[in-house]
Amino acid sequence: MAAPTLAELAAGLAARKYSATELTREALARVERAQPTLNALITITGESALAAAAVADQRLAAGDAGPLTGIPMIHKDIFCTEGVLTTCASRMLSNFVSPYDATVVARLKQAGMVMVGKANMDEFAMGSSNETSWFGAVKNPWDATRAPGGSSGGSAAAVAARLAPLATATDTGGSIRQPAALCGVTGMKPTYGRVSRYGMIAFASSLDQAGVITVSARDAALTLQAIAGFDPRDSTSVDTPVPDYAAALDAPLAGLKIGILKEFFEKGLAPDVEGPVREALQVFTRLGAQVKEVSLPSLPLSVPTYYVVAPAECSSNLARFDGVRYGHRCENPKDLRDLYTRSRAEGFGAEVKRRIMTGTYVLSAGYYDAYYIKAQKVRALINQDFARAFGEVDLLLGPTTPTVAFPLGDKTSDPITMYLNDIYTIGANLAGLPALSMPCGFSGRLPVGVQLIGPHFGEARLLAAAHRYQQETDWHLKAPAGYAPAFEPGFAP
Amino acid sequence: MRLTPSQIETIAGLARLKLQPDEIPVYADSLSRILGLVGELEQADTGHVEPMAHPLAGQVQRLRVDQVTSGNERERNQRNAPQVEAGLYLVPKVIE
Repeated sequence: MAAPTLAELAAGLAARKYSATELTREALARVERAQPTLNALITITGESALAAAAVADQRLAAGDAGPLTGIPMIHKDIFCTEGVLTTCASRMLSNFVSPYDATVVARLKQAGMVMVGKANMDEFAMGSSNETSWFGAVKNPWDATRAPGGSSGGSAAAVAARLAPLATATDTGGSIRQPAALCGVTGMKPTYGRVSRYGMIAFASSLDQAGVITVSARDAALTLQAIAGFDPRDSTSVDTPVPDYAAALDAPLAGLKIGILKEFFEKGLAPDVEGPVREALQVFTRLGAQVKEVSLPSLPLSVPTYYVVAPAECSSNLARFDGVRYGHRCENPKDLRDLYTRSRAEGFGAEVKRRIMTGTYVLSAGYYDAYYIKAQKVRALINQDFARAFGEVDLLLGPTTPTVAFPLGDKTSDPITMYLNDIYTIGANLAGLPALSMPCGFSGRLPVGVQLIGPHFGEARLLAAAHRYQQETDWHLKAPAGYAPAFEPGFAP
Repeated sequence: MRLTPSQIETIAGLARLKLQPDEIPVYADSLSRILGLVGELEQADTGHVEPMAHPLAGQVQRLRVDQVTSGNERERNQRNAPQVEAGLYLVPKVIE
């Protein structure tokens, strides 16, 4: 079996079919083998992974293991990892060794998961194709000439190629869901405030949220369980109880009201994406869901709203990179201003600079009301649209992306074309809603994703709906050829 | 809305980014196009709407008690610094 899920690997560990050390060696071998083709990782942490696996094996032997103990995983390189390079895929942080762990990292470490490396991404999570990484683009495992999506492209490609059954990811405008769709994996962005962002390098603080990329919705439930919950170290963390996501997975779909987002099926949606998404809808109908079309009239303004709010917050957040306390510093600065301006010019790539300048402009004197306040008002309208929709339906369904994975280099010359990739995902960020993408078919050999959006803190229902769908279909179990041969004989789960 | 090269230089100055001369027209073009996209917001009737700063209605950022929670980790934190001497970050001379 080439594509075990995390839940199956956990069962194999519990049944002593293999050890955490064997599993980790296998994951490291896969990572090394895939790296020249996919470039999915920035750092491979073989030595510390084997040490963590040895500890996990002791816990397993002592009967002190949890459901995630001994499972290999990959962290997006936006999460601070103590003693390990944390670059955010930027030259600015290409020498930064974090002195502490992000809360997400600490919690998964505590659960006994084994980090085998750090995933490549768009620089500072700004991009939709992974082409803005200082460490080079990640390739899509279904077709290495195509983009894996972004910004969590390394995370999505790694899980798609079955290098590890979990990769952490972050989503500011679609950065979990869009690459999950383009790589044929399940990606879950929780509600704003559900998962701590302490130690997660900030891009746009009113939008950023941490989540997971996995093979299945069940795996997403198991791993979200471990990272969700209140953290006093993140001032936006919400102190509300975390439900038992795995226990809620088998909730029946009968009577569930699904809203079809009218605006998502209008112009711009490719027919080869629309087809599989509509078929997914039929599966939900067969399972007993009621379907109803809903309209969110302000939703088409989500891209322009985002391209005011996100750059504004980015220009503020990235002001901390000044070449003084950490990060890249230019050679021979002649004065302090020269130190700032050259360190930043050399340390940041073109897209990051573009967003910093856009943000600086929309926040500058005389433009603040016309751009920033106006965008915050339209954001309120979009939020009201969603609130109205969730008065009528339990969750919303639509495509995740307008097209399947596009060729690398296709959209790099025009930022607007690139930005429009996130047209269906940005709304959930502006409104702070939980949303997931999961595979629902193919166009040729390229995967198509369907997106489910839920009301605030509605993760359990979203995951349950996705899980029921994945029991009826096997799109999520399809893996690209050539990356993950079966485990060695006698070792295979 | 078309941004001029001198506006780009002003913005870059505010953002503390040193641009090369050949980058200026490139950013003038792409920022102008982004502002064109953003201009679509004018269509929305927002006369009666309160601006939204936090995605969860009614939530505000918590404040914490002003309490020391960790020890002095200067040495450890300065390991990432480009230039340090006697526990201080070194920068070019600011006051002549």
